[in-house]
Amino acid sequence: MKLHEYQSKFLFADYGIPIPRGKVATSADEARAIAEELGGIVVIKAQVQVGGRGKAGGVKVARDADEAQHHAERILGMNIKGLRVERVLVDPGADIEQEIYLAITNDRGAGKPLIMTSMEGGMDIEALNRERPEAIIREHIDPIMGLKDFQMTYIASAMGMPRAQWRSFGKVLKGLYNCYRASDAELAEINPLAITGDGELLAVDGKVIIDDNALFRQPALTEQRDSSGEPESERQAREAGITYIKLDGQIGCMVNGAGLAMTTMDMTKLYGDADGIGPANFLDIGGGASPEQVAAALRIILSDSNVKCVLFNIFGGITRCDEVAHGILTAYNEVKPSVPMVIRLQGTNAVEGSNIINEARIPNIASADTLTEAAKRAVAAVKEQG
Amino acid sequence: MSILIDKTARVLVQGITGRQGGFHAKLMMEYGTDVVGGVTPGKGGEWFEGTPVFDTMRMAVETTNADVSLVTVPARFAADAIMEAADAGIKLVICLTEHIPVSDMMKVIAFCRRHGARLIGPNCPGVMTPGQAKVGIIPAMVATAGNVGVVSKSGTLTYEVGFAMKNQGIGISTIVGIGGDPVIGTNFVDVLEMFENDPETEKVALLGEIGGSAEIVAADYIKNAMTKPVAAFIAGRSAPAGKRMGHAGAIVDGGEGSAEEKILALEAAGARVAANPEEIPNLLA
Repeated sequence: MKLHEYQSKFLFADYGIPIPRGKVATSADEARAIAEELGGIVVIKAQVQVGGRGKAGGVKVARDADEAQHHAERILGMNIKGLRVERVLVDPGADIEQEIYLAITNDRGAGKPLIMTSMEGGMDIEALNRERPEAIIREHIDPIMGLKDFQMTYIASAMGMPRAQWRSFGKVLKGLYNCYRASDAELAEINPLAITGDGELLAVDGKVIIDDNALFRQPALTEQRDSSGEPESERQAREAGITYIKLDGQIGCMVNGAGLAMTTMDMTKLYGDADGIGPANFLDIGGGASPEQVAAALRIILSDSNVKCVLFNIFGGITRCDEVAHGILTAYNEVKPSVPMVIRLQGTNAVEGSNIINEARIPNIASADTLTEAAKRAVAAVKEQG
Repeated sequence: MSILIDKTARVLVQGITGRQGGFHAKLMMEYGTDVVGGVTPGKGGEWFEGTPVFDTMRMAVETTNADVSLVTVPARFAADAIMEAADAGIKLVICLTEHIPVSDMMKVIAFCRRHGARLIGPNCPGVMTPGQAKVGIIPAMVATAGNVGVVSKSGTLTYEVGFAMKNQGIGISTIVGIGGDPVIGTNFVDVLEMFENDPETEKVALLGEIGGSAEIVAADYIKNAMTKPVAAFIAGRSAPAGKRMGHAGAIVDGGEGSAEEKILALEAAGARVAANPEEIPNLLA
């Protein structure tokens, strides 16, 4: 779960990290009032969870309250990469001498938290990593021992932090680590961390991503979820306990298991790409696959009007294909899809399952033995519809 | 021979009185696995299908002399259960549980290393040495004994490939499901090394997916240290960047972890990469 910039920075403040004393506005009048209260130059920043909002015109500097109101009017309601701007953060302008990059993230390969920091902050860290990887200092944290003082001294020294800022940098680093750990974050990033004209450190921009699997013990953070960027169908699926991701193709996929679900998508693209045909979604029905679940999944797939064919690919292990077949028929009778369906049942009780489907004699259902055959049939069914 | 488990493995099931744990423990017994007992705190003294249930792993290991443990408990208790197994002296812990927070797993993996325990998973289907033993949920029907080692991040995709191999008369030495989480106890390269050193494994099938760089590390190992041929499939060629595809670890992030870069690295390392998993048996024939 991603936090907005303002949520991330307010969270940092809870851990003693200095942030600009800005506030959030949902209207231009509010933005004006905040600008008046802050006085002087302010920055109006669109709060959307995508990169590149600056380039899209979502970040503007205002010299006074009038200008703040004017910018807020234009930014609020703006569409940035498909997301509508509902809020702006009004921050006081900062006197920035130097921009630092500082982040803590999960290093998958090492299985440890990793600190990444550089005196060359402000820019995109991936670009910096490509162009000047030596400018980034990397330090792993022992997950059991936590961040130690000697590591902080090493990092400050190795990155070339001026000695005058070692103490305050250590405080920020410790604060960010505590925040990352206590919030079950996958990423806690300050970019830039500014050194101001009077030598203070200030977290000017921030980004926090929380591990979805830890949300059960993060009630305060869970409440901050903004699902406005989430398609309606994905929200419905999430609430039904089904993993569904909407894509651009025509073949709706219903599969058990995440790896096989991705593979099934890949197969529709492998055989359909030449004709502009591909997967309409990722969907993992999970183990068991009760009739209710199959019906719910089918409804979600069919809510996408691009879908011209539904491909079921079930490899029964513990899941029994005859039970899934009953589920499919129940779902069919309930949902009455108008598009053709290709059903491939393999594994435990596959023959029984196929018999159940065949005996139902539903005109627009075809069956297939292998995944290859199923994918080709689904592609052909879409082609037929032109 | 095989890797990780064979018919001599003495297995404890943590969560044996649970619905999932009990169901799979029974299937494991039917397969011929030596399930010597189970652990459920508060149910010590009960019996499950003729095997004793204990309150604690220490007591279970002391009494049964078990050397392998299967963790089937829910996510909130799983990290603790893995550590309990390692603390009790178990050297191979296999964890099926999905949705364990990564911050817990990082601690657990460090703890296991300190105790000299190998962890497989979490969020994995387990390990099966066909004809000898299975620890986990891999269905018996998907494989026969043979000399191809299979290592995979996924469950049902592995069954699919195992089944396709079986239909073409290709047997398997051991299947290892390493799991689809971002931080896991045992990675591709660890299992490849075991297969390389296993005299009864002649070829290897590697089933990867988008996200992370474990397949790239594996490609390096294949190139530099492996003599046995490797066939591979990478799931998620059609997956969009920035979206998590079901598995917590299956996400292309900041241009890293794409199927294309993994396929290129594996091909450059000399592995034969299938565009369709049903072609894997042909690449192994």
